[in-house]
Amino acid sequence: MYRYDNHDFALVRERVAQFRDQVARWQSGELTDEEFRPLRLQNGLYIQRHAPMLRIAVPYAMLSSAQLRALAHVARTWDKGYGHFTTRHNMQFNWPKIEDCPDILAYLANVEMHAIQTSGNCIRNITTDQFAGVAADEIIDPRPLAEILRQWSTFHPEFAFLPRKFKIAISGTREDRALTWFHDVGLHLNLDAEGEPSFRVIVGGGLGRTPIRGEVVRENLPWQHILTYLEAILRVYNLQGRRDNLYKARIKILVQALGVDEFSRQVEAEWAHLKDGPATLTREEYERVRAHFGAPAYKTLPAGQAGLQAQPAGDKAFARWLARCIAPHKVPGYAAVTLSLKAPGQPPGDITAAQMEAAAQLADEFSFGEARSSHEQNLILADVEQSRLYELWQAAKALNLATPSVGLLTDMICCPGGDFCDLANAKSIPIANAIQARFSDLDYLFDLGELDLNISGCMNACGHHHVAHIGILGVDKNDAEFYQITLGGRQGSQARTGKVIGPSFAAAEVPDAVEKIIGVYLAHRHPDEVFLDTFDRIGIEPFKDKVYESRAHGKARPHPAEQRTEQRT
Amino acid sequence: MSTLIKNRAIAADTWQPIAAAEDLHNQPLPEGDLLFPPALWQARKNEIISRYKRIGLWLEPDADLAELADDLHYFMVIAIHFPRFADGRGYSLARLLRERHHYEGEIRAVGDVLHDQLFLMQRVGFDAWALKEGKDAEKALNAFATFKAPYQSAVDEPLPLFRRRNA
Repeated sequence: MYRYDNHDFALVRERVAQFRDQVARWQSGELTDEEFRPLRLQNGLYIQRHAPMLRIAVPYAMLSSAQLRALAHVARTWDKGYGHFTTRHNMQFNWPKIEDCPDILAYLANVEMHAIQTSGNCIRNITTDQFAGVAADEIIDPRPLAEILRQWSTFHPEFAFLPRKFKIAISGTREDRALTWFHDVGLHLNLDAEGEPSFRVIVGGGLGRTPIRGEVVRENLPWQHILTYLEAILRVYNLQGRRDNLYKARIKILVQALGVDEFSRQVEAEWAHLKDGPATLTREEYERVRAHFGAPAYKTLPAGQAGLQAQPAGDKAFARWLARCIAPHKVPGYAAVTLSLKAPGQPPGDITAAQMEAAAQLADEFSFGEARSSHEQNLILADVEQSRLYELWQAAKALNLATPSVGLLTDMICCPGGDFCDLANAKSIPIANAIQARFSDLDYLFDLGELDLNISGCMNACGHHHVAHIGILGVDKNDAEFYQITLGGRQGSQARTGKVIGPSFAAAEVPDAVEKIIGVYLAHRHPDEVFLDTFDRIGIEPFKDKVYESRAHGKARPHPAEQRTEQRT
Repeated sequence: MSTLIKNRAIAADTWQPIAAAEDLHNQPLPEGDLLFPPALWQARKNEIISRYKRIGLWLEPDADLAELADDLHYFMVIAIHFPRFADGRGYSLARLLRERHHYEGEIRAVGDVLHDQLFLMQRVGFDAWALKEGKDAEKALNAFATFKAPYQSAVDEPLPLFRRRNA
């Protein structure tokens, strides 16, 4: 992975000094709360329900074992002994003291980590596929260009005060695993006729209050031009994006208002001035960064499943883990392993300091000292020899990191919700735990097959509920917590948002509603159909009929707690 | 009166905006170093040129630079107004003035202008700041040294770090 040189180290250390000074000036009253707010946000520091929250960047998902140990140290020393992986690869600490944050960041700077632009109305952490560099279906490893984008976006002087946050995802595989169609900018890497990397540029996607699939503004953009082209996009957005209404300030609203053709025309006109300027990438720089992402010292192993077949047979639990937690690898004899952070009863994505340290040890022993975080909030060891999977499974199981549920109903994406987050309308972790408790039978879960269920505690959609097969959204109705369910959303190349099934549910009703939805699928499925196939074939009506069967069709049940609010829906 | 920072030092300031609310299109123009809003400039350009040796321009963040492009050489100072410091349009305007329109006079930030924005502002072409009232200008001068070698190509350093990394 990328290693800092003196320039990179100098910048993060200067950032720590700057932030220390800002905190001091805020404490002395020189900076008002309002003036300090965007400054701390651009350094990942929120003021939350119980305590501040500090969000540490994990650029394009890559973590060294040393970084994992450093995060564990932060969790133990300055927090309550655990951290939380977000849906954009980052790690959040929920209980630091504001006055400790400069020290935390100084400590993390030593292991090449920072909290730069993990929040605020600026260019955020660049995300990608958690299997980048090892995926069997990869065309180009996107990480060198992701690192180049990280550097370009870090303290970009023109775009630090955009109308709203700006998220970029980059993917280099055939099947999109980085949610590129639902980012402010999504980038697809491909090879042009000369075998050089080129980009498809997608603009104006996003989840949140107004979920919109992005539109292609450029095909076949040669890699050298990516920085100038992004500057053209951002300049059009910076000058014209709405600043009068927080909810209409994302670039997706501008693209919709202008129309994608007019938006593209303006970007191209702006780019004509920037093209071939000094920000044009050089081959030397691309190769310099690319050299950091060379293949580790893989052994030459036989192709096929020889290593897998040599593993102990007849252990059902191991077989389940193999079925769910192993992804194909482009190098013969290797596998990418997902260490699940979805153990029943745990908040999805949470990881204790002890688990971080143990995972760092596993990364050293099994995967060349590196790990990744996934946007599904799990931890990945990307380069494991197949012949050592049983050994790794036993170690992971002892650490409660081997829940064999990846891609199944209980592998939920879930935001921290109302337990922690100030923005949330409703809690999400208790809903996740209630669903996990209801669907705890592994045979049953395996029989259900691939099923994404995601939970967001508010319209900001950090839990990506729109793109789940079953999405659950916390809503506030007259100060009571309710949950709206959507069906049929999906990630990947065919990514789209789900449809709302009907009136929302009280928290206690959610597991029943999910069970009824599952029941409809089981009653209608053809052999070999996963949930989404059945949904696409039969449509939403049968699900609606079942879920609201005890109510007047499509209407909310006249539940006493709901009566006064339901007229509004 | 706010404190002016110019060329990384505290400086005297003679420039004054013409209050936008006043209807000066038919009024006599005042004396002094004035920052004219574009509408007034367009309406009374010839009169202003003949009467004032030193002319300034006042831009709001939604200014249309294309309309003013041919006139920029008349202005000794262009003030870009920040109604709120979190409104970042002025950063693109300054950069366009320097890089697209090759404007070489003073570009000053006025309005909600604070210590922590100075570093980024100098990178996009500002060279003067009328700091928000009540803010410590001496201390704000420290902001220019925040980062020694930033990554990007900008007005203050046209070569991005990757073109200078091994130099």
